[in-house]
Amino acid sequence: MIPTLSTHELSIRFSHRAGTIQAVDGVSLKIAPAECVGIVGESGSGKTQVFMAAMGLLAGNAKASGSVRFEGSELLGAEPSMLNRVRGSKITMIFQDPMTSLTPHLKIGTQLAEVMVSHLGMPWGDARASAGRMLDRVQVPEPKRRLNQYPHELSGGMRQRVMIAMSLLCEPSLVIADEPTTALDVTVQEQIIELLRAVRGEFGMALALISHDLAVVAGLADRILVMYAGRVVEDASAQELFRRPRHPYTAELLKCIPSISGPRPLRLPTLAGQPPRPGEMLEACPFTPRCSRAADRCRIERPQLMGAAASQVACHFPLSS
Amino acid sequence: MNTPLLRVRDLCVDFGANPAIRGVNFDLTAGETVGLVGESGSGKSTLARAILRLLQPVRGGVEFLGMDLLRCSGAALRAHRRDLQIVFQDPLASLNPRMTVGEAIGEPLEIFEPGLTAGDRLRQVSAMLERVGLGASMAGRYPHEFSGGQCQRVGIARAMILSPKLLICDEVVSSLDVSIQGQIVNLLLDLQREAAMAVLFISHNLAVVRQLSHRVMVIYLGKLVEIALCDALFATPKHPYTRALLAAVPQLPSVTAPAAPTMPAAPTMPAAPTMPAAPTMLSVPAPPSVPALPAEPIQPARLMASGCAYRDRCPYVLPICETNDPPLIEVGAGHWVACHRSQETLIPLSFAP
Repeated sequence: MIPTLSTHELSIRFSHRAGTIQAVDGVSLKIAPAECVGIVGESGSGKTQVFMAAMGLLAGNAKASGSVRFEGSELLGAEPSMLNRVRGSKITMIFQDPMTSLTPHLKIGTQLAEVMVSHLGMPWGDARASAGRMLDRVQVPEPKRRLNQYPHELSGGMRQRVMIAMSLLCEPSLVIADEPTTALDVTVQEQIIELLRAVRGEFGMALALISHDLAVVAGLADRILVMYAGRVVEDASAQELFRRPRHPYTAELLKCIPSISGPRPLRLPTLAGQPPRPGEMLEACPFTPRCSRAADRCRIERPQLMGAAASQVACHFPLSS
Repeated sequence: MNTPLLRVRDLCVDFGANPAIRGVNFDLTAGETVGLVGESGSGKSTLARAILRLLQPVRGGVEFLGMDLLRCSGAALRAHRRDLQIVFQDPLASLNPRMTVGEAIGEPLEIFEPGLTAGDRLRQVSAMLERVGLGASMAGRYPHEFSGGQCQRVGIARAMILSPKLLICDEVVSSLDVSIQGQIVNLLLDLQREAAMAVLFISHNLAVVRQLSHRVMVIYLGKLVEIALCDALFATPKHPYTRALLAAVPQLPSVTAPAAPTMPAAPTMPAAPTMPAAPTMLSVPAPPSVPALPAEPIQPARLMASGCAYRDRCPYVLPICETNDPPLIEVGAGHWVACHRSQETLIPLSFAP
């Protein structure tokens, strides 16, 4: 089976005045058709950049090496004409801030219809009608009226529904959702998670869900990749990851997340130290300075992602499975 | 009970024709941390700014140590401001990029304690830097050299240098990664215990609020709808809005362990036959899960008309909710709720331990 998206040894460097920053460091991952993969990590862990490379949206000063394949075809270094055939139609992306990802001076209907006019060659009239139907499918009330509204007339949650509708217009094989609920209130967040769950069932596309919030990912993902300092440090089924985290970083991170139920400790558990800063020189295992299990080997030999398919970990001394 | 440090009475703020804060009443006692939760646009930050008189309320009173902050002279207000400090959400934006962090932390001392020598000031700044976990050697650095969590420590140090009696924290951990969030929460817990100051902790993150609050207030469209001791609020939330908020918080699978694989939706509990069916909320036909309700909050015109502001989203709405705005009433020791149905039995939320 050809994966919907696969990367092999993907590395991304940004060069700037003070030197180069390695944002992504040898990431190999696969997303199967119809699979929902959660990608979690702290800010700066490189989780977004992996997918920006897939979309050909890396900043001008970025250099990507390795391979990114979509349904078997190489995307890295592909001609813009080839990229334009897939991005926006076969691979689509939903961003964190739905206000800045919609054009403020165009009506919702125009923005949605344009996608089908340019990718499918549909006449404008038909495209607008399809757009209205799609808004209805993502549970936007009064879809006909919305087509004539501007983004600023919609609430944040409604705008995110419009973005989701837009991402689905050309029946994509892969939707990349980058922090789709981070800017939303908790009640609206829950609605959007529910909607993503529903459209996944209905459209059967693969979904890459990028988030810093493990609890958001927990409700949707079949499999979760944990990233730290530009690398995938753990790749496990959602069930395994929460029941038996194997990388010390994953285990510590899970402990740090405060809960609204259960005992209330006097102090919150914390992860000592800081995440590595961009451009900082890293040990062979980047988590070494914050890791309670670190030994000499962690400073010398880079741990590779290893283990059975349901639970892979890049650690010399993983927690027992 | 001690006399309150801060007494807020019937505070109202309007933005043009739109009410932003609608008759807020609460007290804050020295040494107490009170959490203020609500969604964006609910008036959390507006309330904080009105208390500090960073914006002018249209009505009401804010009494701090017996002095009316809203009506006192500019000089008296300035003199009291040293006891009232605030830390903002975006730590980098709230620091002057052209001042070293040592200068930024020392600036309040220059203003309020002009008699201090430069050496004394430096000593105090160094001690404060150490206290917030940054190290005195960092004093000469600029904000851009720090990470978000470190900048937030600077913001806290700057607020704490004058030993305020009231510290307002406005979403101070919201922009931080979860591994850093705990460090800042613990720092605030320690500082609060050492200095016995009062803290008003504003956040939309209920789990963090639960961690450090003695009491929690829930605000909805400018009105406090529930006030309770922290444990009571999370164990037995009474207001339908509080329940909706709590039910919407995504939880880790390990936390929701027994038999709840997905998010439990608040009020759609199985119609438990064990409940003695008095005219309780149970007698209401099982409402849809809260988030399926209209996502759009009430329109301003309807908000200004009489009636409960939550009525358009509330699964338990009664005819009286259309006409009468429910007052905050005490339903248990220190547990205040503004809901016409607050006295009725509620089905426990399923995540409760």
